[in-house]
Amino acid sequence: MVEYILETRGITKHFPGVLANDNVEIKIRQGEIHSIIGENGAGKTTLMNIIYGLIRPDRGEIFYKGKKVEISNPSVAIRLGIGMVHQHFMLVPPFTVWENIVLGKEITRRGVLDKASICSELRRLMDSYGLSVPLEEKVEDLSVGIRQKVELIKLLYRGAELLILDEPTALLVPQEIEELFEILENLKKQGKTIIFISHKLKEVLRISDRITVMRRGKVVGEVEGRTADEETLARLMIGKTLESPQLEAYERGEEVLRLEGVRLLPRLKNINLTLYKGEILGLAGIEGNGQKELLEIITGLLTPESGKVFYKNREVQHLDPRSLREIGIGFIPEDRQTTGLILDFTVAENIILGRHYKEPYSIRGKLNLPVIKKTAVDIVKEYDIRTSTVDKYVRFLSGGNQQKVILGRELYSEPELLIASQPTRGLDVGATEMIHNLLLSARKKGMAILLYSSDLDEIMTLSDRIAVIYNGEIVGILSPKEIDEATLGLYMTGARKD
Amino acid sequence: MIGGILSLELLSSALRMSVPLTFASLGGVFSERGGVVNIALEGIMLVGAFGAVVGTYFTNNPWVGLLTAMLFGFLIALIHAVVSITFRINQIISGTALNIMATGLTTFLSRLIFKAAGSSPHIEGMVQWRFPGTNWQISPLIVIMFAVIIISQIVIFKTRYGLRLRACGENPYAADSLGIDVIRMRYSGVLISGILGGLGGAFLSLEHARVFVEGMTTGRGFIALAGMIFGRWTPLGSFSACFLFGLAEALRMRLEGFGIPTQFIQMIPYIVTMCVLIGVVGRAVAPAYDGIPFEK
Repeated sequence: MVEYILETRGITKHFPGVLANDNVEIKIRQGEIHSIIGENGAGKTTLMNIIYGLIRPDRGEIFYKGKKVEISNPSVAIRLGIGMVHQHFMLVPPFTVWENIVLGKEITRRGVLDKASICSELRRLMDSYGLSVPLEEKVEDLSVGIRQKVELIKLLYRGAELLILDEPTALLVPQEIEELFEILENLKKQGKTIIFISHKLKEVLRISDRITVMRRGKVVGEVEGRTADEETLARLMIGKTLESPQLEAYERGEEVLRLEGVRLLPRLKNINLTLYKGEILGLAGIEGNGQKELLEIITGLLTPESGKVFYKNREVQHLDPRSLREIGIGFIPEDRQTTGLILDFTVAENIILGRHYKEPYSIRGKLNLPVIKKTAVDIVKEYDIRTSTVDKYVRFLSGGNQQKVILGRELYSEPELLIASQPTRGLDVGATEMIHNLLLSARKKGMAILLYSSDLDEIMTLSDRIAVIYNGEIVGILSPKEIDEATLGLYMTGARKD
Repeated sequence: MIGGILSLELLSSALRMSVPLTFASLGGVFSERGGVVNIALEGIMLVGAFGAVVGTYFTNNPWVGLLTAMLFGFLIALIHAVVSITFRINQIISGTALNIMATGLTTFLSRLIFKAAGSSPHIEGMVQWRFPGTNWQISPLIVIMFAVIIISQIVIFKTRYGLRLRACGENPYAADSLGIDVIRMRYSGVLISGILGGLGGAFLSLEHARVFVEGMTTGRGFIALAGMIFGRWTPLGSFSACFLFGLAEALRMRLEGFGIPTQFIQMIPYIVTMCVLIGVVGRAVAPAYDGIPFEK
C-alpha cells in the first residue's frame, strides 16, 4: 500500500467571478518530490494557500498522514509539519537572517531573545541539512538565491515534513536553480516530502518523481516523472499544442540607437551598446544590475552623469520623455499597473495618453472625444483587447488585456525604436504568445526592439542578439544560437566576461 | 546675555519641556513600528491633559489624575485602532478626525465640569521626589519617563514581542504566514501609544500648568511625531530628538523679554521642527508597511 502524506478530496474554492479550484484531488506520497504544474490562473497557488491555511476552501477535505485535518490558519499547518515558501518571499528585509528564521517561534530567556541559543540551534540545523546562510546579515543585503535558502531553513526550523515551494525558480539564474535542486534532492534523501509548483516544464521533468497537471482549477492529469515528456505535459497544461515562435532571418539594417560610455552611479558604470533596425536585442541580467536605470535613460526618465545616447545619430540624452516619444521611441514599462497605465482611467483614455495633447486628439487644449473614442475602438479591434467597451476602467481588465492596451498605445504610433521591459511578466501562456507575436511582427516591419526580460527562455527565443548586463556594464554580446542558458547564467553572475 | 541663556537651568528646563514630547514620541514608536501611523497623538495628548486634571480635581490625588490621563488616551487610541485596523480606514483621516474630536470634546466637557470657559481651576500638582541626602527635586514623571525610554528600547529591540511588532510594521504578510496575529499586534502598538500619549498630556497639565487650558497641546503631538522620525523610530533616538525640541522651547521662554517680538520667538520650536524634518527627509526610513492597512 502506498503511503500518502497528504491527500485532498473535493477541494472547491470560488473567488468573485472565478472558480479557482474545482473539486481538486491530489495525492502526495511520503518522501517524494511532487510537481504541480499549470498556467497562471490554473489554481495551483490557490490550492497551496488552502493547504497552508492562508485561505479556506468552500468545500472539500484535507487528509494529512491519513487523518482528516482542518487547517484554519498557517499556525495549524506549521504545527502539523507543513511549510511553504511563497512565490513572493515572506521575509522581513531589514531584519537579520536569524531574526527572520525564528520570527514566530522565538527562543527567549527571561523574556529577552536568546541570540546565543538561537544561533547555535540554527548552526546545528544548517549542518544537518548541508545548508549555509549568513545568520548575522540583513536579508535586504542578500541575493535572491540566498533568500530562498533562508526561507527553506525557516521551514526546517519549524520541523516541516512537507515543504511546499511555489514557483521557487522564477527569480533564480540557472546556476542557482541547479543548486536549489541539489538541496531539494538532499532534503528528499533525509525523508522530507516536497511539493514543487512551476510552469517551467524542463525543470519539472528534471526534478519530479510525480507530476500533477492542473488547468482552469481542475486536475487534468497525473503522470510519473520518469515517463513524462515536455510535449505531453504542455498539451495537458494548455489544452492545445503550442508552437514556439520562430525568428525569421534578418539582415542587419541601419543603426537606430547607440550608447557610448553611459554612466550613472551607483548602478551604471559604462554602457556601450548599439541597436539596429529590424532586430530584437535581448537584455539579460539579474535584477539590480543596472538594467532598470539603463532603460530609463534611453526613455528619458533619467539623465546620465556622462556618456552619450544617439538616436538615429542625434544626441538625445538630455531630451525628456515627451520629446523622445515625438521622435519615435516607444516604451513598455516593467510595471504595467503603476507606470504603464492609470488604472482608474478608461481604456480610451489610457490609449490616448502620450499623444492626448496633439491634434486631432486635442484641439486648442480641449480633448476631441469623438476622435479619441474612434481611435481607441480601432486599437482595441486591431490588438484584440478584450473589453466590453472602451469606456471601461483599465483596472477591470485582465493582466493580459492591460498589457495589450499598452502595446496598442505604443505600437499604434509606429515608433522606430521600442523599449520593452518585462512585457510578458505575470501573463499566462496564451497572452504571452500574443505579445510575442506582436513583437515579432513589429520587428518584421523594421522596428528596432530592446527587450529586457527576467525570463531567459523568452530572451533566448526572441532575440537576434543578447546583451548581458552585470554590475553596470555590458559584459557580453551573445548569439542565442551559439549559447545555452547555463552559459548565459555565467555571464549574468559575472563569472564570465568578454 | 549668552551666559544667562545657556545655563544648567536652561538644560533642566529643556528636560522638563521634552517630557510630554518624549512620552508621545515613544507612543508613536510603538504604533508605527507595528505599522499604524498615529497622528491622533495630538488629540490623545489633549485628552490626557484633560483627564489628568479631571482625575485630580475630583480626588485631589494627582496619581489618580495620571491614571485617568492614561485611560482617556487609551480610549482615543482604541477608536483609532478599531477604525484604522479593523475597518481599514485611511489612518491619516482617522487620526485627523480624532484630533478634531478631541478638541471639541475636551472643550465641551471642560465647560460642563468646571463651569468656566477657557480653562479649569488650578489643581494640586505632583509632590516632587527629592534625591536622597540633597535638596535636588525631580518630578516623578521624569523618573517614569527615563524608565519608559529604557524599557521601550529593550522591549522593541530585544524581546519576542518587539520582534513580532516590528515584523508587522515591516512585512505583515510575512508575519501572518508565520502564524503571528497581525491585527492583535497592531492593536497592542496603537493602544500602548494611547497610554503613553496620555501620560505626555498629563505632564502638560499636571506639572507644567497645573491647570487645563483648552487646546493646550498646541501641536506638541505633531512635534512628537517629528521627534520620532528624527529619532528613526527608536526610543533612544526619539528622546534625543525630543530633548532638542525641548531645548528650543526652553530657549523660547528664555528669550521672551529680550525685546524681540514674541510672535517670532514663539515660532522657534516649530521652525526647529521643520528644519530638522527637512534635514532628515530621505534618510530616515520608516517601517515599510507603516500606514498601510493589513488585509488578508
